[in-house]
Amino acid sequence: MKKTLQLLTSFWSVIWGVAYAETGTGTGVGWGALNLPAGVTPDSHDIHDLHMTILWICVAIGVLVYGILIYSLIHHRKSKGVEPAKFHENTVLEVVWTIIPFVILIAMAVPATKVMMKVYDTSESEMSIKVTGYQWKWRYEYLTDGLGKGIDFFSSLDAKSNEARQLGSKIDPSTVDHYLLNVDNPLVIPANKKIRILLTAADVLHAWWVPEFGWKKDAIPGFVTDGWIKVEQPGIYRGQCAELCGRDHGFMPIVVVVKSEAEYKQWVAEQLGKKEANKPDISKSLTLEELNAKGKEVYAANCAACHMPNGEGMAGTFPAIKGSKVATGPIADHVKMVLHGKAAMPAFKDQLNDVETAAVVTYQRNGFDNNKGDSIQPADIQAYK
Amino acid sequence: MSVATHDDAHAHDHHDHGPAKGFMRWVTTTNHKDIGTLYLITGLIMFFVGGAMALVIRAELFEPGLQYVDPHFFNQMTTLHALIMVFGAVMPAFAGLANWMIPMMIGAPDMALPRMNNWSFWLLPFSFVMLASTLFMDGGAAAAGWTLYPPLVLQTGNALPFTVFTVHMLGMSSIMAAINIIVTVFNMRAPGMTMMKLPLFVWTWVITAFLLIAVMPVFAGAVTMLLTDKFFGTSFFNAAGGGDPVLYQHLFWFFGHPEVYILILPSFGIISSIIPTFSRKPLFGYASMVYATSAIGLLSFIVWAHHQYTVGMPLAGELYFTYATMLIAVPTGVKVFNWLATMWKGAMTFETPMLFAIAFVVLFTMGGFTGLMMSISPADLQYHDTYFIVAHFHYVLVPGAVFALFAATYYWLPKWTGHMYDERLGQLHFWLTTISVNICFFPQHFVGLAGMPRRIPDYAVQFAEFNAMSSVGAFVFGFSQLIFAYVIYKAIQGGEKATSEVWEGAEAHGLEWHLSSPPPYHSWTVAPEKEIISDLH
Repeated sequence: MKKTLQLLTSFWSVIWGVAYAETGTGTGVGWGALNLPAGVTPDSHDIHDLHMTILWICVAIGVLVYGILIYSLIHHRKSKGVEPAKFHENTVLEVVWTIIPFVILIAMAVPATKVMMKVYDTSESEMSIKVTGYQWKWRYEYLTDGLGKGIDFFSSLDAKSNEARQLGSKIDPSTVDHYLLNVDNPLVIPANKKIRILLTAADVLHAWWVPEFGWKKDAIPGFVTDGWIKVEQPGIYRGQCAELCGRDHGFMPIVVVVKSEAEYKQWVAEQLGKKEANKPDISKSLTLEELNAKGKEVYAANCAACHMPNGEGMAGTFPAIKGSKVATGPIADHVKMVLHGKAAMPAFKDQLNDVETAAVVTYQRNGFDNNKGDSIQPADIQAYK
Repeated sequence: MSVATHDDAHAHDHHDHGPAKGFMRWVTTTNHKDIGTLYLITGLIMFFVGGAMALVIRAELFEPGLQYVDPHFFNQMTTLHALIMVFGAVMPAFAGLANWMIPMMIGAPDMALPRMNNWSFWLLPFSFVMLASTLFMDGGAAAAGWTLYPPLVLQTGNALPFTVFTVHMLGMSSIMAAINIIVTVFNMRAPGMTMMKLPLFVWTWVITAFLLIAVMPVFAGAVTMLLTDKFFGTSFFNAAGGGDPVLYQHLFWFFGHPEVYILILPSFGIISSIIPTFSRKPLFGYASMVYATSAIGLLSFIVWAHHQYTVGMPLAGELYFTYATMLIAVPTGVKVFNWLATMWKGAMTFETPMLFAIAFVVLFTMGGFTGLMMSISPADLQYHDTYFIVAHFHYVLVPGAVFALFAATYYWLPKWTGHMYDERLGQLHFWLTTISVNICFFPQHFVGLAGMPRRIPDYAVQFAEFNAMSSVGAFVFGFSQLIFAYVIYKAIQGGEKATSEVWEGAEAHGLEWHLSSPPPYHSWTVAPEKEIISDLH
């Protein structure tokens, strides 16, 4: 039985092999987007095999059931002049077709249990990464000493996809590289290390899912869930948020770059070095133009999704910036709103540095016809934290 | 429309009062057929409203990129499409069938609680007007999916309390309808109509009614907790205040899983009525059908968290819910095998009701297979929240519940109106519907497995081909339903006169075929003779 199943499974893989080859990552494209990827982690292989086993069992039952039905439809029709039979029960038959499915179910439950136990076993992981879902981006914090501890960044939809996905953008998505599946800062991990992924969320439910890693898991505000991956091959793997999380749920992809151990170490060193070098200089004063220009970028990446590119928001859900009490009122309240958030408005104190915060507040107070003329300096921000 | 009123020229015209005339007839009616008609028409109207929303969704998904609607509006469409189809189309339609058919099938003159029956219907139009009005409120309608998960649903604007009150009113309506059905069946059966003689449609509705009474209050309670979290400072679902967002999911699915059986059990009853009639054979395994339905009803209470395999339950929880869910395949399999055995060595003919019933068996079984696959928790870690799930539940609800409703309508329409429907148009409706429903939903299995999440307004270009196909299927399906509406309209207006038996040999299959077509305003004012009942098979 098992051998037959394996045979059938490989037959299936051959049929769709062409589609797999096209992407080099295991997910089909176009008319070839047909089946679960075989994946690149132990969990994903197990789950793929389990999926194929159940699929073929269902196909076998289907052939039997539909075969009997079709035979009956052809032969047992009135137009053939048959006399209807009178029988309406058969205890033996009824017991048989209750017990046989039961046995099949047990046969399916055994491998399912084994796989689930493996998926849940996060023990002896070599490093941990904390993943936090935000509306609508991911934050990655590296937690393990010597393997990137201190690296902490946000990952959002890349600018090109973001431009193309706007309503009426007139940009053909097929001209965009990995449309909706590309980010500005991908998660980078080493190959062949058991990595524990800790998941939580800052605002609403999200779910972290890279199909080729085999599982998805919900990110729940106030709780931590976990799972593990061990990717065999260096490469780039893509996924998406899988739990409805509001307006831009469809626009918070996940990209994971898997590097060899040596390259990973190099990447970590670069990141930690860059972090030092890129520490914003908050002592420097910026002109109003500089602040506005920087603020416009920050606004597009962080605020426009809700408050809209024109600052008019959306009545009832997302307040307008244009002419708002906050953006035209005292500076202190405005900065505090950006830093600490309120209800659905997220806190940006971990997401934006002082220069970015100063710039975006300045931009909001001067753009959208607010024309306050204020310029807020990076050095001022610390006072509100 | 005057279904049961216009000609009582048969022997049944001895009753001394007919319905009031005009509009007030429908407002004040306590007659089971009038109320059944109101429910059915409401179901049909809401089917088109929910369908229009589905077409907005499929139009946006026809190709990658955003062409027509803002993502926030898209989310309102997915949310309202589901709420309206579940609570506005399918449930009222089943309640309409129950009202029309149960008194006729058990040999009673009317439902046991006619005034409550009137109220339980008239809550519905007001509920749906209120729900639809949320689209025009500041912030738009609820956009967190029909499951209304917090914390996201708490970001809804002014629509939140109105959505919650809609759920309360729909819950009241359902509970009253359920009480009425249980009381009627337990107390008003004609002498000789024992429980194990009841048609399966009645049996499945009794079990459905118990499910409704058990779970609607849970849903009402859960959404009320949302309301107090939002407006009265409680923290049931807010971790920062000591609550847990996942608690809501447990409450919701404790309602939600039995709810999906509420949507399918009456369909099982309908199919179990139609297949024997057109096979000219008694139903195979009547007793096992009753036990299987009861088993499915009981199991529905202990499997809810299979909707939550990805929330991070303990391993033991995952495994328990996996095993319990897999068990449902056994009684469901028994039902399918019984239908096959009923057809086996029958003398089948293929009028429209039978065509829809056969398509139900084939396509519902498809949904059953994918359901079995999803019960396996590790595999569901991949399937969950993808288009594979969307394909699964549309297979059980569209060619499942909705096809059963089509089948029931064609089956009993001649009885209700006294006229045969247009068989050619019925067959055209069947073929267009069955082909397009598969073009619409079958490709969704593929894109789901290949990695397309559900509830997204835009998608990566590798999913473009199958999504375009799916949208084409959806539009053909949607417009084909206009034929259905026309067939009903035409049969009400006139047509070949139906006999009381309507279908060859139907008299052996139920008491409703012993009443005239259309039946008298009060169904069985005198209980049917015991011989008629004992001759039923």
